[in-house]
Amino acid sequence: MTRNRKMMIAVAAVLFYVVGVPWLCAGRNYYLGVVTTASVLAVICAGVWLIFYIGRINIGQGAFALAGGYAAAIAVSKWGLSFWIAMPFAGLASMAIGILIGLPLLRLKGVYFSMITLSLTETARLAAQSLKSITNGPNGILNIPLPRDLSIFGITVIPDFATVDKHLALFYLGAVLLVVTYAALYRIVNSRLGWLFRSLQQNEDLASSFGVNVPMLRVIAFAICTFLAGVGGAFFVAMQQSIYPATFAVQDSTYFMLYCFIGGLSFVFGPLIGTFILYMGFEVLQGFKEYQPLLYALLMIGVMLWLPNGLLSLRPPKFLSAKMPSRPASGGDV
Amino acid sequence: MTFMSGHGGSMFARRFHAEGENYICFHVLISRKQFFFGGREKIGMGQVLINGMYSGVQYSLIALGLTLIFSLMNVMNFAHGQLYVLGGFVTYYVYGVLGLPFPAALLGAAATLAVVGVLFDVLLFRRVLARSARDESTMLLACGSALLLDSLFIIFFGEKQRGVPPVVGGVLRIGEGIFLPYGRVLIVVLSVVLIVAFILFMAHTRWGRGLRAMAQDRDAARLMGVNVARYSMLGWMIASVLAGLAGAMLVSVSGVNSGIGTWISIKAFIMVMIGGAGAIPGAIIGGLVLGMLESLGAQYMSGSQYLAIFVALIVFLAIRPRGLLGRQ
Repeated sequence: MTRNRKMMIAVAAVLFYVVGVPWLCAGRNYYLGVVTTASVLAVICAGVWLIFYIGRINIGQGAFALAGGYAAAIAVSKWGLSFWIAMPFAGLASMAIGILIGLPLLRLKGVYFSMITLSLTETARLAAQSLKSITNGPNGILNIPLPRDLSIFGITVIPDFATVDKHLALFYLGAVLLVVTYAALYRIVNSRLGWLFRSLQQNEDLASSFGVNVPMLRVIAFAICTFLAGVGGAFFVAMQQSIYPATFAVQDSTYFMLYCFIGGLSFVFGPLIGTFILYMGFEVLQGFKEYQPLLYALLMIGVMLWLPNGLLSLRPPKFLSAKMPSRPASGGDV
Repeated sequence: MTFMSGHGGSMFARRFHAEGENYICFHVLISRKQFFFGGREKIGMGQVLINGMYSGVQYSLIALGLTLIFSLMNVMNFAHGQLYVLGGFVTYYVYGVLGLPFPAALLGAAATLAVVGVLFDVLLFRRVLARSARDESTMLLACGSALLLDSLFIIFFGEKQRGVPPVVGGVLRIGEGIFLPYGRVLIVVLSVVLIVAFILFMAHTRWGRGLRAMAQDRDAARLMGVNVARYSMLGWMIASVLAGLAGAMLVSVSGVNSGIGTWISIKAFIMVMIGGAGAIPGAIIGGLVLGMLESLGAQYMSGSQYLAIFVALIVFLAIRPRGLLGRQ
């Protein structure tokens, strides 16, 4: 497929998303909210996917989203900062934690990293509960103001969310995050850095013998991953205007993995598709909500047993697949 | 919780509150008794150490199973804590609801968990292991199984905290301000017996030798005539039974609820990381260390002890990546 057609498809998809979806959901704020939530969950998932891409498993994305959420909530409601400063701050705060943990741990065998990230989700929740002076304990931080307007040189770039349709404004914020994240991810995967990441996934020893700084690259990938989690967490703070220690739990971290997994681990847009299909699918099947964890678990086990490369592996459409060296489809080469 | 209600969040939020109470009572249990006898601040160093020993011995039992599976199959079983919870629930029904004697409940838990362990191996892990050379896929499978068991627990057992009447009553008093409830003593003795039996089994029986051979080198063991398929089944069975028995015994002290599985798994990971993955003495040391740290933490930095333990663990792993006794 030529570059032009790829561009056209991408532009058409983005146009449908930013024009078509609000038009279809006009007056139905609930559905618009579902799409918004799915978009930002997909942003958080993109980080998990990137870690899969270097051959590691991050089961603690919920912890970083929680950290980012709290960072944003504290910046907005205690320090009185603008949300537009708080959101990047949340990403950076979460990234700082990620780098602190990643520097020692990403040198170890993969299983240690996974165990630590899983433990981190619970630790983050307990920390949020017990550090009452900072996080307000189990009661959470409530009544966080909506994002205010952003003006540069007197020109209002972003209007105050309280003065416009809140749902639509949040949708467009989510849409911008989604498009920017996946465009950046696509760019990363198709750059020199992407080739280096793939070399980690395939054979770390070989890569390091060619002079690839393996631990440093892992930390870079993890920094990107945790930044996305922090920004996503900050977005949900703006959307829900509150945050609790249980806002992101171990279940959420596991779901993020599942979303990536269903979409397929070798495709940049896999986590996006996985999130939208699974999250929105369950919004449609309201009656099954009670059994959501059970169905997710069965799906996850089923995929592991029968479809280890995800939905898109059934017949990967070329325009969706990243430049991926052909790999044997056997086993769970994730 | 608007967005999380569509995300499994609100349900789990409620559950985690119940869970929070549970693991607080895990080690505060003794101090609460102290409270009735005259104030929490009176709890002495002796009692703190004893509490640490209590939990430590229990924890060792949990970590042993996890490290066994890891050394045999290179699988980190993220569903280990859920097996513990299952043992707790079996005991709750056999001993607490049906009113059968406690040993019968232990046997019931052991039998159930043996079956579940074999099913885990035959239905899930064996199939995935046969097709993949990397450990990521089994980790994901284990996460999926943990989620599956968690949701089944919620559906079948509900979210309530379940407890059973104490197995034996009475409190042993040693010197000034050290209290040993007999129920706890019984559990510690049983756990030590189980740990010793496990070590003797691994060291001196034919099956134990087979398992150790497999842990050292799977292919070489196969060439020497070890039936690897059958021995992995045995390994899964033993590991699950150990976790289940730990749960079965602890239900008489701290109760059980559907939500604690992940938390127990996390504790087991911490122990394995302290002691070193794949080393049996490492699991025991890791369990004792974590028990002590928790007990000391609950005394001196109540509330944020897990954050402190976690930070200490990261620093420790940076200095000693393989834990105290880990293998290459």
